[in-house]
Amino acid sequence: MAAVTSVPQTYGARKRPFLTRRDILGYLLISPWILGFLAFTLLPFVASLLLSFTDWNIVGTWNWVGLDNYQKLVSGVDDRFAVSLSNTLFYAVVNVPGTQVISLTLAMLLNKKAQGISLFRTLFYIPAIATGVGTTYLWVQIFSAHGGLVNSVLGWFGIAGPNWLYSLTWSMPAVIIVGLWNVGTSMLIYLAALQGVPQSLYDAASVDGANFLQKFGSVTVPMVTPAMFFNVVLGFIGSFQVFTIVYVLTNGGPANATLVYSLYLYQVAFRNLRMGYAASLAWILFLIILAITVVQLVTARLWVYYEGNTPGGVTGPR
Amino acid sequence: MAIATSTTSPTLAARVQRIKVPTVLRYLALIALGTIYTMPFVWMVSISLKPYTDLNQIPPLLIPSRLAFENYPDALFQPMLYFPQFFVNTIYYVVLSGLGELLSSAIVAYGFARVNFRGNRVLFALVLSTMMLPSQVTLIPEYVIFKQLGWIDTYLPLIIPSWFGVAFYIFLFRQFFMTIPTELDDAAMIDGATPLGILFRIILPLSVPAIITCTALSIVSRWNDFFGPLVYINTTSKQVIAVALTYFNVPNQATYDNLLMAAAVVSVIPVIVIFLFLQDYFVQGVTMTGLKEG
Repeated sequence: MAAVTSVPQTYGARKRPFLTRRDILGYLLISPWILGFLAFTLLPFVASLLLSFTDWNIVGTWNWVGLDNYQKLVSGVDDRFAVSLSNTLFYAVVNVPGTQVISLTLAMLLNKKAQGISLFRTLFYIPAIATGVGTTYLWVQIFSAHGGLVNSVLGWFGIAGPNWLYSLTWSMPAVIIVGLWNVGTSMLIYLAALQGVPQSLYDAASVDGANFLQKFGSVTVPMVTPAMFFNVVLGFIGSFQVFTIVYVLTNGGPANATLVYSLYLYQVAFRNLRMGYAASLAWILFLIILAITVVQLVTARLWVYYEGNTPGGVTGPR
Repeated sequence: MAIATSTTSPTLAARVQRIKVPTVLRYLALIALGTIYTMPFVWMVSISLKPYTDLNQIPPLLIPSRLAFENYPDALFQPMLYFPQFFVNTIYYVVLSGLGELLSSAIVAYGFARVNFRGNRVLFALVLSTMMLPSQVTLIPEYVIFKQLGWIDTYLPLIIPSWFGVAFYIFLFRQFFMTIPTELDDAAMIDGATPLGILFRIILPLSVPAIITCTALSIVSRWNDFFGPLVYINTTSKQVIAVALTYFNVPNQATYDNLLMAAAVVSVIPVIVIFLFLQDYFVQGVTMTGLKEG
């Protein structure tokens, strides 16, 4: 408490009362969020940690089992956990960079004021808002081995396509392709970043005789790294939670080849009703996402360029 | 000025000449990629209009032998899977949760944008950080709480939490409110307006673009929401479209693909129409986050 009162006041020498009328007004206005945060985030967050130390299965009694659930996960007894984790990692490691390549390419193609460009922006963005159960069933048709679109196109080139969604090898790539169809959001963020790159930088590079690739490497890429950072951080968070497209496309099959983490968690919680165990899965997921995000935040200064900061200096948002 | 024009026009001409080939390439690339990204939708509509006899054709027909428009009423008005009911349910869910998200987020954002209360910055950072929390972590206890309250198989677990503010919309509203001059608030305050009066009579009428952005994003995300209704709604007749579509899929039965696609087309039309009308607002909403948070 002493520490609190000794904090220097922003204005005047008069001692600030602990809560001013302004403070109370502010808290009242944000009270919906505070209540919601306590009831629907903080309480469940803590409760899920406590649940993860029990064997509760909704119907029966519950016992405190300590770290048993976590031990099962780590020791490799639960092979579906290991499979789902490695599948999810594979999905994320392909999907996140793939999304960056495609969405940056699209954004660069769209970054020009010319006729018809905005029509293409619309076309590329629509999958992002239309991605749901309906369009995922469409992909089931597209990957079908009996007259599906993909295999028909491959057939023109004399390639006999696999039975995508029922293949141990090709089901996961199919899931990834559906994920890569939905790049509209990252594309828009890159497009906004590209529009903020001053033309003078490109002109200066041209004067120095830089070719397209050199301009891309020395101007475009550094200038869009803040957007890339944002897309990559959110991309990993999203990839680790991929659910709907897998649930609809394959429901984890064949033979767990596409069993992703969130789907496994859903099955444990709502099919097997092993709530305690599912809670430990959820906490592991949270810790993995937290670790990945923290590593990215810490390493950001190595590759994210913020214009206007002193070289090698402390970086921060513009 | 004269000097400026005389020096820029040759450069401009040279530029136009130099740019021609890349422009052609740009359009070619856009057309190729645009075809790839649009083809799935064309395929969807194509299957939805195929008569049953076309379904087993190999190679498949892009243009159906006959446009079977009857697939649409056949798909939508089945006695066991009555789509008008699913539509009503979905609209009910979208409207009530969306209304809650907008109202509560606007009020909370107003507090963050206009009142310099103790802890404003820290709490706002906390709001933003909740966006990174995977929903799975809170899912199970939430389910348990709603079960205890007897809310399972009702819309309450889907609607009630949205009345407590959504981090993303709080962020969008706050950023927008901060661009509105505070002199307007001060003038209204002198006239005796209450804080909520200022929000509803002065700030919100000036924030129509932000309101449209949040409304559009909210409608699309709730319309597409699959996980929430999947977990909380059990009765078929109460289900929303997203989950109802999965009831169509009879495993190893290819016969109904055309009906399934017809229903799928109907399920995505509303979001696509909303998007086409409000495109610029979507773009604004998406790009704002990317730039401010980077």
